[in-house]
Amino acid sequence: MNNNSTIEIPCDSVATRALFKAHLADPNALSDEQKTTLAQLQAQLDGRQLVRPMIFLGTGTCGLGAGAGKTLKTIRDYIQLHDADIDVVEVGCVGLCAVEPIIEIQLPGRTRVAFAHADADSVSNILDAVLAEKMPKHPIIGQYRNQQLQPWPDVPFIDEHPFFAPQTRWVLANCGIIDPSSIEQYIVHGGYQAFTRIIRQMTPPEVCDLVEQSGLRGRGGGGFLTGRKWKFALNAAADQKYLICNADEGDPGAFMDRAVIEGDPHRLLEGMAIAAYAIGASKAYVYLRAEYPLAIRRFKDAIAQAHEYGLLGKNIFNSGYKLDIVIKMGAGAFVCGEETALINSIEGKRGMPRPRPPFPAIQGLFGKPTIINNVETLANLPAIAANGADWFNAVGTKTSKGTKVFALSGKVTNTGLVEVAMGTKIRQIIFDIGGGIPNGKAYKAVQIGGPSGGCIPTQHLDIEIDYESLKTVGAMMGSGGLVVMDEDNCMVDVAKFFMDFIQRESCGKCIPCREGTRRMLEILKRVTSSRRNEKPIEALERFKGVMHMTRLAEIIKDTSLCGLGQTAPNPILSTLRWFRDEYEAHIYERRCPAGACTDLLQYSIDPNLCKGCTLCAKKCPSDAIMGSPKVPHYIIPDKCIGCGTCVDICRFNAVKVE
Amino acid sequence: MTTTINEIDTILQQYPNAQRDALIPILQKIQDQFSYLSRDAVVQVGQHLNLPVSKIYGVATFYNQFRFQPLGQYHIQVCRGTACHVKGSAAVLKSLKHELGIEAGQTTRDGLFSLEIVACIGACGLAPVISVNGEFYASLTPEKVKHIIVSLQRKANGEDSNE
Ligand SMILES: Cc1cc2nc3c(=O)[nH]c(=O)nc-3n(C[C@H](O)[C@H](O)[C@H](O)COP(=O)(O)O)c2cc1C
Ligand code: FES
Repeated sequence: MNNNSTIEIPCDSVATRALFKAHLADPNALSDEQKTTLAQLQAQLDGRQLVRPMIFLGTGTCGLGAGAGKTLKTIRDYIQLHDADIDVVEVGCVGLCAVEPIIEIQLPGRTRVAFAHADADSVSNILDAVLAEKMPKHPIIGQYRNQQLQPWPDVPFIDEHPFFAPQTRWVLANCGIIDPSSIEQYIVHGGYQAFTRIIRQMTPPEVCDLVEQSGLRGRGGGGFLTGRKWKFALNAAADQKYLICNADEGDPGAFMDRAVIEGDPHRLLEGMAIAAYAIGASKAYVYLRAEYPLAIRRFKDAIAQAHEYGLLGKNIFNSGYKLDIVIKMGAGAFVCGEETALINSIEGKRGMPRPRPPFPAIQGLFGKPTIINNVETLANLPAIAANGADWFNAVGTKTSKGTKVFALSGKVTNTGLVEVAMGTKIRQIIFDIGGGIPNGKAYKAVQIGGPSGGCIPTQHLDIEIDYESLKTVGAMMGSGGLVVMDEDNCMVDVAKFFMDFIQRESCGKCIPCREGTRRMLEILKRVTSSRRNEKPIEALERFKGVMHMTRLAEIIKDTSLCGLGQTAPNPILSTLRWFRDEYEAHIYERRCPAGACTDLLQYSIDPNLCKGCTLCAKKCPSDAIMGSPKVPHYIIPDKCIGCGTCVDICRFNAVKVE
Repeated sequence: MTTTINEIDTILQQYPNAQRDALIPILQKIQDQFSYLSRDAVVQVGQHLNLPVSKIYGVATFYNQFRFQPLGQYHIQVCRGTACHVKGSAAVLKSLKHELGIEAGQTTRDGLFSLEIVACIGACGLAPVISVNGEFYASLTPEKVKHIIVSLQRKANGEDSNE
């Protein structure tokens, strides 16, 4: 252990704060003594010179869901019991949600090690071993590489872990690594230097140019060049302009924005400050989903800290520039992710879209020029401002630069948050990073872009992540949800799921979307419902619906008012394009090849095989199974909800499914 | 009743001279405190903001977040996000509805359970998920759901649930 720096500098004292402020105001103006203190502080805060052991526990929403709350309590009890001098830091999500709760431990002078599945039962053993400088017998994710620290022998490095190795983590660089509730940690990792340098040295048009040259495109779905969009607002004459951060993340199955705000709120805040400065806005809003209470709390704290440091408020760092950031909580409506609906919602109205033009950049919130950017777009800005446009556009494809964050979920081993360079193949994301399909099942498709996107079948797995190339197979970048489906998933059912979602979320303002999506859903429901009691007229209607489905889809696409309707038929069109055979099986053969459309299945008990063990009758959630002990049971079709529990439970394979 | 009116007043006083853009934050605050928007509350907000009650209902009913019935003692949120759907949340929801005899957005008569559908609660890795008063139950099946409900019912009736 190194004893050369035993004196600890308190990191949130007035003196420290003044030093950090001076550093942000102008790093070149620091005295030698200040520089030495700063260097020591930095080493202390980024783990190179720890004074005492540190425990990092991932307590993002995913971690808490997996039981990190109980782990935390156990750790606290452990520390109290052993009267140990240990710091515990709650961090955001490192991205490997599948093995949460994740605990990372760092001893002074040693590298930091991450352990998987650290639940309340096993965490004491981990701590016992590591504190005695031994490696416990517990699943290890890996150790962080650091030349200045002594590595653990025989422990793999985390950057060689198959989940992390192919990733390029720019936006997520700090997520799960630093303490999100500490602005000092963010500053030590390079934060806010870009913003203070920009307001010192650059004019707003120069910042717009920089971002345009970097090739950064909107990560919220549209993919419009961010710098170019800003210029519309920059050049619009007005006494007040607004910046809005779109953190409504309504796509079910996407959680990138949440992870960024929970794990690194100051990165978003700095990005917003840069964007607001570039367009000349003195007020900015964050439209954050109310369903993300932790993210809201973290961002509120971040704003308060930034105010203390003078990074927000009047006359920021003597530049004459002022900025205030306000959090507006979303109220749970998917359509409010659309720009003009979002504006209506902030104004206190029903979240319905407005016809465009006028575009928000000219006439938006309260009639003033307004720029709306996605969380990830904004979170890219600090790194672009710090490293320059050329650094950013060196990575990626011809038309898509930088990286993209995806929320990987569904039937894949390593569910979680991944960030890859543009141009990475889908196959690599699912099979290398994601670890492939669990339980030896076969891959069927991946849904990209959420309810407005499409699915990518096996034969196109080698397509690259790129705004344009994804469109060629009928998918789109979207916001970044990647839901993997295996052979047990029915594509008609998936299309029905999205249609049901869209139909409920349609705001009702324009007819093609309001009525059209409902008709589409009805068609899909008929296709997947049982024909047991079908009347002839219903059969006719079913066929009529199927015949008109694609035409209806095209009409909805062409005539809807906003992006919600214009993209609503995509899941149907794309599943129809790649999985036509599944639709045909449902329509002509009345069966669901994947066995997912439970309505098309019929459950019955084979009296020759049933031993009357009563297990199924006990477990049936809808009490649809009748019978006495030792006598073959039978299923009441009307009561059966088709959940399949009896099939799973029967030890004699007596339940037949057709 | 008068106490609630006073409490709502206390909330409204935090928004002096409020404009229309304060409407949603005010409603959110009221719901935060009382778990739902009562008729009286809506009328009072209308008087404060000088808006017709119909307009306020227009806004409040538009958003999924607002509810007009009090929450049950156990508030169950069922995730219907894509990841959970792919892993079978439809069956989970169906059996919940069946067990409780209510639809999503409603509260059981005895005031014990309320059911809500939410889109992705961010625990996709553990799908399908429900949360009961903020506590997660992961990797569910219809059968596990039945079990959870029964043990919650027992707990509410003061019986020991040592199962
Ligand atoms: C129905 C609908 C939902 C949307 N949801 C979101 C969302 O949740 N988050 C988001 O950033 N953008 C969403 N968008 C895209 C936004 O309208 C807008 O394009 C984006 O916020 C612009 O930011 P960007 O240029 O940084 O991508 C949605 C669009 C539509 C039509
Ligand atoms: S889809 Fe259910 S938690 Fe994300």
